[in-house]
Amino acid sequence: MSRVFFLLILREARLLARRPAELANPLVFFAIVIALFPLAVGPETQMLRTLSPGLIWVAALLAVLLSLENLFRSDFEDGSLEQWVVSPHPLTVLVLAKVFAHWLFSGLALVLLSPVLAIMLGLPADRVPILLASLLLGTPILSLLGAVGAALTVGLKRGGILLALLILPLYIPVLILGSGVLQAALQGLPTLGYLLWMASLMMLTITFTPFAIAAGLKISVGE
Amino acid sequence: MKWTWFHRLGSPKWFYELSGRWLPWFAVATVLLIATGLVWGLAIAPPDYQQGNSFRIIYIHVPASFLAQSIYISLAIAGVVGLVWKMKIADVALQQSAPIGAWMAFISLLTGAIWGKPTWGAYWVWDARLTAMLILLFLYFGVIALGQAISNRDSAAKACAVLSIVGVVNIPIIKYSVDWWNTLHQPATFSVIEKPAMPVEMWVPLLIMVLGFYCFFTTVLLMRMRLEILRREAKTSWVKAEVTRLVGKKHE
Repeated sequence: MSRVFFLLILREARLLARRPAELANPLVFFAIVIALFPLAVGPETQMLRTLSPGLIWVAALLAVLLSLENLFRSDFEDGSLEQWVVSPHPLTVLVLAKVFAHWLFSGLALVLLSPVLAIMLGLPADRVPILLASLLLGTPILSLLGAVGAALTVGLKRGGILLALLILPLYIPVLILGSGVLQAALQGLPTLGYLLWMASLMMLTITFTPFAIAAGLKISVGE
Repeated sequence: MKWTWFHRLGSPKWFYELSGRWLPWFAVATVLLIATGLVWGLAIAPPDYQQGNSFRIIYIHVPASFLAQSIYISLAIAGVVGLVWKMKIADVALQQSAPIGAWMAFISLLTGAIWGKPTWGAYWVWDARLTAMLILLFLYFGVIALGQAISNRDSAAKACAVLSIVGVVNIPIIKYSVDWWNTLHQPATFSVIEKPAMPVEMWVPLLIMVLGFYCFFTTVLLMRMRLEILRREAKTSWVKAEVTRLVGKKHE
């Protein structure tokens, strides 16, 4: 079982290495969205600092959403998904590996890029570890929940906007907690409670969403 | 053995006949309850000592909010029934009640906004309850959009079932986090929401309206489901016979 898990992750790594644009595009999108906000609301440092938690989280949310649209697309088109469904290994484990790989290469990259953008928005450097922690806990939730939507819409011609419609409402708790951590950190309040909440939400999604993703894929493949 | 009624519900024809017998009762109950509740609530109940007559909108607002929330739960229940027992009726119920739920959420938001202007001085505030209802409306839109986007009827039903189950699991988390977010940013500006304990003359008509709205939902849902069943089963002989009977009646 664990061998299959690692083989799948290795496969995803190889595939992504051959199409680096897929990895880079959401990151560039993330950076551009962040850059748009100072242009729109004005360059005052104080205001940007107060807004920065929300800006970073909204941009991260949209970037993850963008990267999810193609999560299962190529596997669906070349028939790999059908092989997964009929394979003797449980589909839940396979999708967990798939989403984990996706997070490892897109979510983690986003987490690593975020300090640069946060500092550009005026977030104090000593708050950066908290930003990293909140994104590290939050982005897996975004990937897993988004994968449910991606699994349900993979068979559709224009799934993109529909995916956003399905998934964005479900992202709200993560957005609230994620930006809440940073707000609290900016005001010098304790942040451990938020982080623990995010960690428990993450465990909850890791436990339950693979079943929903697997069910969604079965529906999409069966169509 | 006692479960035969439940499995029989899986048969569209049986459900069609049964719902035909239920429908008049629910329709009559709806008219009676809503008429009583409206007259009582709008004309007879005393005005609020603080809000005057503007409080009367709760006789629409509260039942609509109740329904909006319970319809989403019923979506998930229908989804579970549809996925576990593969019942066609559950799929029909799910797809047909989603638009009603979305309307109820919309009515709740609209009446809330109308009430909010004279009472709070603003049509919209980012209060936890308002925001949660708005998110619920978006969740309904998601289910409706997914159902319409998938052309294969069985796949659409299953996909909507999965989505509404995921949504229902999320609703408490969303609700909790929104409550938290609100108390974090704006501490209890709107304690107006927590109304003083209502006098009997006010809450009895409200109760009647709530019951009336539930009956209204059942009536509309049964009508929509019956129509959808006729549409889906159009090729079977009993539907052809039924349609000829209905159309024939009109011509006489």
